[in-house]
Amino acid sequence: MKAEIKVALVGNPNTGKSTLFNLLTGLNQKIGNFPGVTVDKKTGYCTLPDGRRAEIIDLPGTYSLYPKSRDESIVFSVLANRDAALKPDLVVIILDASNLKRNLLLYTQVADLKIPVIVALNMMDMARKDGIEINVNAFSKKLGVPVVPISARRNEGIDQLKTQISYANQFALQQDTIDIEAIAPQLISSIGEEMQVDNPYYALQLAHQHETLTFLSTDESNRIEELEQKFSFHSQKAQATETIARYNFINDLLYDTVKKKENAQEETLSNRIDRFLTHRVFGFVFFFAILLFMFQAIFSWSALPMELIENLFIWIQSTLHSTLPTGPLTDLLADGIVAGLSGVMVFIPQIAILFAFISILEDTGYMARVTFMMDKLMRKVGLNGKSVVPLIGGFACAVPSIMSTRTIENWKDRMITIMVTPLVTCSARLPVYTLLIALVVPNRNVWWIFNMQGLALTGMYVLSLVSAIVVAWVMKYILKARERGYFIMELPVYRMPRWNNVFLSMFERAKTFVLEAGKVIIAVSIILWVLASYGPGNQFQQIEAKYQQPQYTQNMKPADVQHAIASEKLENSYAGHLGHVIEPVIRPLGFDWKIGIALITSFAAREVFVGTMATIYSVDGDADQIQSVEQKMHNARNTTTGQPVFTLAVAVSLMMFYAFAMQCASTVAVVYRETKNWRWPAAQFAYMTVLAYLVSFITYQLLK
Amino acid sequence: MKKLSQLQVGKKGVIKEFTDLEMSVKLMEMGCLPGEEIKVERVAPLGDPIAINVSGYMLSLRKREASTIILQ
Repeated sequence: MKAEIKVALVGNPNTGKSTLFNLLTGLNQKIGNFPGVTVDKKTGYCTLPDGRRAEIIDLPGTYSLYPKSRDESIVFSVLANRDAALKPDLVVIILDASNLKRNLLLYTQVADLKIPVIVALNMMDMARKDGIEINVNAFSKKLGVPVVPISARRNEGIDQLKTQISYANQFALQQDTIDIEAIAPQLISSIGEEMQVDNPYYALQLAHQHETLTFLSTDESNRIEELEQKFSFHSQKAQATETIARYNFINDLLYDTVKKKENAQEETLSNRIDRFLTHRVFGFVFFFAILLFMFQAIFSWSALPMELIENLFIWIQSTLHSTLPTGPLTDLLADGIVAGLSGVMVFIPQIAILFAFISILEDTGYMARVTFMMDKLMRKVGLNGKSVVPLIGGFACAVPSIMSTRTIENWKDRMITIMVTPLVTCSARLPVYTLLIALVVPNRNVWWIFNMQGLALTGMYVLSLVSAIVVAWVMKYILKARERGYFIMELPVYRMPRWNNVFLSMFERAKTFVLEAGKVIIAVSIILWVLASYGPGNQFQQIEAKYQQPQYTQNMKPADVQHAIASEKLENSYAGHLGHVIEPVIRPLGFDWKIGIALITSFAAREVFVGTMATIYSVDGDADQIQSVEQKMHNARNTTTGQPVFTLAVAVSLMMFYAFAMQCASTVAVVYRETKNWRWPAAQFAYMTVLAYLVSFITYQLLK
Repeated sequence: MKKLSQLQVGKKGVIKEFTDLEMSVKLMEMGCLPGEEIKVERVAPLGDPIAINVSGYMLSLRKREASTIILQ
């Protein structure tokens, strides 16, 4: 159904914009892309009191129309787009009533674009508590726009706001705030003529932002640039003049409409909490306690639902096999698509729990404090205070962690964080490490309390953090910053988390993960299934025929014959041939063609390694039977030398390969999704594979 | 000439001017305007950034950015 009115929500960060968006739209939301830009667009639908349907667009929070991050650059380009299909009919600007002065700056800018505006005066309850009295009628009269006092957290005033939206006028009623033409009179009138723009502030904004606006053609942008040269326009000086003029207007406005009782400098609750949470000792102790709890919760709370999901898919797989006629199509569906899907779905609990924690930390305002505390440390290696959270989340899964880097405003910091997060030991590496460590590291205690196998595993975790930090530090010098690095950030007051928002964020991000990463993993698993199930020529028929002969059918148990057929087919499948083809390349790392197949198949997801090993060494194709896989691998002998295949050198070299190689289709997909450019996942894949090869090579050559 | 970065924790000052035009635009948008009173509330555990109270809310900024703000 088509919406009859398009409403954009605009406001500073931390003003309750998302809460209002959720209240207006509920579960009726979707995330898309802004046309031509790489930032997510959240839209939802809301039914107005008069029965019309309104499309609500949630724009990124911003302090001004002059953008500082890629997120923020969206706001002006959506509001100013001349394409009628994209331009909103109405802007609802959300102001934090307890912090009106700074919030009004954005209002005056948006109002001057002369798009119809409604003001939602949020957090009225907080303002009252702070002793701020706002004369809403006078305020509305001075601005010339409807002002609706609301409290989004308490669900107050929402109906009035919807009523005002349905009354929205086609024409802007707001008063002018400042004399814009005085800032650059000749330039504004020339751009107005040249671009056929009758709004002076729009013309001025074109002068400031023409280089980054996607809806302008290169020709138009060049003509604006020429005009700027002609009238010697200085963008930053003009911005400074404008900002000062706007604050003069705001001070006048507030003087007449807002009374603040002088509270005797009483210390706020937030300040008292901060004294503990950003304390030089307790602050870090608390932070690590929170992380430990989060890490534990991701593992322990997700264990049961993950098992249920796994069992569900095993059940679906066996039901498909038993109900559908046998044939390649059934195999493709059950062993290719469903098996591939189960690989994605099984991560849903971890993703949901991780995102619940992250949105609670963000919602309460604690995340801003973590950033504040860690910034200096992280800056040294080219990261940002905000990189801490994705890196820690990487212990569970890189996919949601990379999605959570959106909170990092600085482009370079965010890119480096995305590039190094997959190095952190994720839960998919765990089965691989456990298997290989069990093979070669003796289960013995050293110094009474430390178990050697446990130490080896811990070593792999530590190695991953160290490597992430080193790579980040290197990238700091490679990547060129697009914008000057700075750190001017609001520390919002502490608030209780809004459980409704937490739930929605969990739901939204899990859904996005399933839909986006799911598409890729299905495609990859189909390809892998075909490669492993078919071989060139009639080799497969020959294998079948070979095992029909009496010397096999009489001397071997039927199950063993099946295993023999399966493993010989695998060797002669396209995947098997690929394994043989890459063998010369991986031999310096100590790997044979069978491990080569596992390397190829586990490109989709690392944990596939265990299953592939199980198949290759002709154990029942059940990845849970690690014990028996281990036994088979332990007994595996090199056919020419008779020596064991899995020596200490081979096992450690393999672990190093799995520690560094990308080998995760979901991560590739999500990095593409977050950067909207194949260059990033390609570069990441390349550097990680090269690193994996080099480290494996060195390890094997040293240990053999 | 006293810079904001030299102000001690708990002390107040009034903004006079900025030494960096680009930074001044960003700081002014966040409410740091000439004539505005600011108070240094706390310093991050590792000595940088700092948190200041300006026009009724908390703003954190690195010391390098704070050094572009000249106080009266």
